[in-house]
Amino acid sequence: MEEDVKLTKLAKCAGCGAKVGAGVLAKLLENIPVRSDPNLLVGFDKSDDACVYRVSDDLAIVQTLDFFPPIADDPHLFGQIAATNALSDIYAMGGEPKLALNIMCVPKDMPKEAVHAMLRGGYEKAYEAGTLIAGGHSIFDEEPKYGLSVTGFVHPDRILTNSGAREGDVLFLTKPLGIGILTTAQRAELLSEEGRTLAYTLMTTLNKAARDCMVKYRVHACTDVTGFGLLGHLYEMTQGSDLTALLATENISIIPEALTLAEMGILPEGMYRNRTFAEQAVDVGSTDLAVQDALFDPQTAGGLLIAVDPADADALFAELKDAVPCAQRIGVMQQAGEKRILLR
Amino acid sequence: MMKIDARGLACPEPVVRTQKAIQSNPEGVAVMVDNMASVENISRFAKARKYAVEVTEEGGDYTLTLKKA
Repeated sequence: MEEDVKLTKLAKCAGCGAKVGAGVLAKLLENIPVRSDPNLLVGFDKSDDACVYRVSDDLAIVQTLDFFPPIADDPHLFGQIAATNALSDIYAMGGEPKLALNIMCVPKDMPKEAVHAMLRGGYEKAYEAGTLIAGGHSIFDEEPKYGLSVTGFVHPDRILTNSGAREGDVLFLTKPLGIGILTTAQRAELLSEEGRTLAYTLMTTLNKAARDCMVKYRVHACTDVTGFGLLGHLYEMTQGSDLTALLATENISIIPEALTLAEMGILPEGMYRNRTFAEQAVDVGSTDLAVQDALFDPQTAGGLLIAVDPADADALFAELKDAVPCAQRIGVMQQAGEKRILLR
Repeated sequence: MMKIDARGLACPEPVVRTQKAIQSNPEGVAVMVDNMASVENISRFAKARKYAVEVTEEGGDYTLTLKKA
């Protein structure tokens, strides 16, 4: 019966592609006063993955909320993906997720079994992350949506923001790119069986292992690559850190089928939004258009983008390769230049 | 020349329809879309299939004319 529900057909935009663009969001919040508190260590102003509030000298809470319309037809899989994506924001701040609440919108006529399967997927991933789901809120809506609000713990001195990178830092990415292109192709039933399996595997892989590796090293900045694509998120990191990132594009792992699809124009609208947002800050050099497209591709539950002290880079890479086999060393941070990102 | 109206359709549907139209009209087709993402996507498709593309805009709608290069 679960197979009868084609969830993605009910959704206008898929996964993180449904995210309101960074520029639009800034305009929507214009003139609304922002209150501060010395214990609010990370707030909205730095466009980070989650907010962080200091409870005591050795404990801060990390809080986030993420939900979106179906990115997979199978409700159980969609639940897993939505939870993986929501938990990721805690990992990106260097935290450990502890407690979560469901946020869910369901059409009145959505079969009970499908809703149950979606929730079951969410619980499975939360439990895998060592997180409790302790409640939530559900409303009726024409289009289904699901996600979690997650609270995590982090030591106040060990918070990883997207703005602390330093000159010389080495950049790592822990999942290959092209997930958004694959899911776009899947909506038109143009994706191969292998492509589908790969996309679903990547989107349900927690960033826990990557986080557990990186917190042992001198990581200066971290974010997870989601709706704004690698270059959108990296652009924010370079702006926040006032640096320029030099990327070795041949070291960036891109799903081969995503490149083929990009050449055929099977690209999500979000990719173009990300280009509009960041492309004036990127010197693309002689990078192929399809590769550029993949670097701007919005990811759902993408990998972590890590800036680590160069002295720790080899050790982190060695450990990452064991725990997260698709981790890649993609570039370095250098002094701020005319452009924020150089592709070579 | 065959004309298709792909306005109001979300990515990648306009490309998919263009591809289908080209199959039965290999000499060329004209496609109407209403957003830049679709213009770019269809242009990429045309380039991959070695078709020349001409884009005209009128009142927020775009017409792409694909001709066998």
